[in-house]
Amino acid sequence: MTTTRKISAPVVTVETQAFWDAARENRFVVPVCAACGKAHWYPRAICPFCDSGKVEWRDASGQGTIYTFSVMRRAKEPYAIAYVTLAEGPTMMTNIVDCNFDALRIGQSVIVVFAATEDGPPVPMFRPA
Amino acid sequence: MTIKGRAYIAGAYEHPTRHAPDKTVAQLHAEVALGALADAGLSRADVDGYFCAGDAPGPGPASMAEYMNLKLRHVDSTELGGTSYVALAAHAAEAIALGKCDVALITLAGRPRSEGMATGTTPRLRDPNQPEAGWEFPYGLTTANGYAMCAMRHRHQYGTTSEQLAWIKVAASHHAQHNPNAMLPEVVTVADVINSPVIADPLHRLDCCVISDGGGALVVVRPEIAKKLTRPLIKIIGAGETVKHLAGGTFDLTTSGAARSGPAAFAEAGVKPADIKYVSIYDSFTITVLMQIEDLGFCEKGAGGKFVADGNLISGVGKLPFNTDGGGLCNNHPANRGGMTKVIEAVRQLRGEAHPAVQVKTCDLALAQGTGMQLGTRHCSATLIMERE
Repeated sequence: MTTTRKISAPVVTVETQAFWDAARENRFVVPVCAACGKAHWYPRAICPFCDSGKVEWRDASGQGTIYTFSVMRRAKEPYAIAYVTLAEGPTMMTNIVDCNFDALRIGQSVIVVFAATEDGPPVPMFRPA
Repeated sequence: MTIKGRAYIAGAYEHPTRHAPDKTVAQLHAEVALGALADAGLSRADVDGYFCAGDAPGPGPASMAEYMNLKLRHVDSTELGGTSYVALAAHAAEAIALGKCDVALITLAGRPRSEGMATGTTPRLRDPNQPEAGWEFPYGLTTANGYAMCAMRHRHQYGTTSEQLAWIKVAASHHAQHNPNAMLPEVVTVADVINSPVIADPLHRLDCCVISDGGGALVVVRPEIAKKLTRPLIKIIGAGETVKHLAGGTFDLTTSGAARSGPAAFAEAGVKPADIKYVSIYDSFTITVLMQIEDLGFCEKGAGGKFVADGNLISGVGKLPFNTDGGGLCNNHPANRGGMTKVIEAVRQLRGEAHPAVQVKTCDLALAQGTGMQLGTRHCSATLIMERE
């Protein structure tokens, strides 16, 4: 993906290590509760819907739609922050990249891409599908 | 159990400074404390409860209690961001109702302007132990673009326009022109707002609040004490508070926590939105005001754009006079926290001590509403309803 904006490394914790290990392999996984079957975001070890500790990482489709976005114009290099609703259900904060900022719209289909960070694992972003 | 009628706001004081390079934060806290006590006709020795939030120097209430040399039997440092003081006024009433204190002092002060604190356009990693930190910080979440995403979604869902949002700033500026301490006392037009530079789509520079130094304080007392003092009797009659968050990725960004804290406050007070004569609504950004007005029930959900247009928030002109001191959009935003000044201006209105040009006639019922932290992720909401006796 094409951006020169420096992306800060994510905070990797014992709860989320597996997500970032998968990200290093270019795999986008989402946390899904084995007890209630629901996916959630941001990832955590305890399901926020049924309180079960049986949360598993499952490969995600990487597909989603833009729920909302805002182009940060007052930045050295403008960037688009967004919430994307994943095909798996939950809505996550992200950036939309490789796009014409002026053509972005709510409801637009997007697909995951991984963006390199300064000194950590890559983070999931999205580009128009 | 209710706080209705169990406590009165006897003292209120807003620091006149907007730029305080010559004072410390602790000094500002003490100055506003003494100002509010003098306003009430009380002294420091009368204070037995102290309430503060995250702007107070040091963790919790200890440092300021020592600096001001308070002797306390009740303390509360609930941190709800900029709305903390709206909630703390209610917490003071709760403590008084339970007999935990008689004279509650609440202070706020800060110097973000003098300290050159990063504005709302710089991403900040606050605490890596916050579980969401890693999922937001890399994406450049700032204060401005978080609120902007709410505005963008509101526009999509309800057709809210930039011109309608601009009316909120226009109304605030009409009030600020009468406030000699306001940072932005110039009256602005809808065109001025939408022609100001875009900060984060769809919010413009004039959709954003100011950055100022300053502070404010309140003194809340039990009824027996209030009735011995000479100030008008401003009774706390209802309150609500909540946290609204992203709920595991299942959220609606067009609704604020006011949709929960508001109905709770109205229920406790036994009044309805149409009864309210004046509102102070936290105005970190224009969209913050619009969503809270809808969620409090002053208009239908989604109709906020039409409701705020054409001067409907201007005192003497519209149906719902708001932020008659100029609010955060034009007057001040001490410590980047607007909740305290929201309660103070409501008290002025109920006392009949607002500027004559903006004073609401027969103002006997007022509401203060605050949203703290980030509307676009997690925020705290507090609602306070007050009545002049």
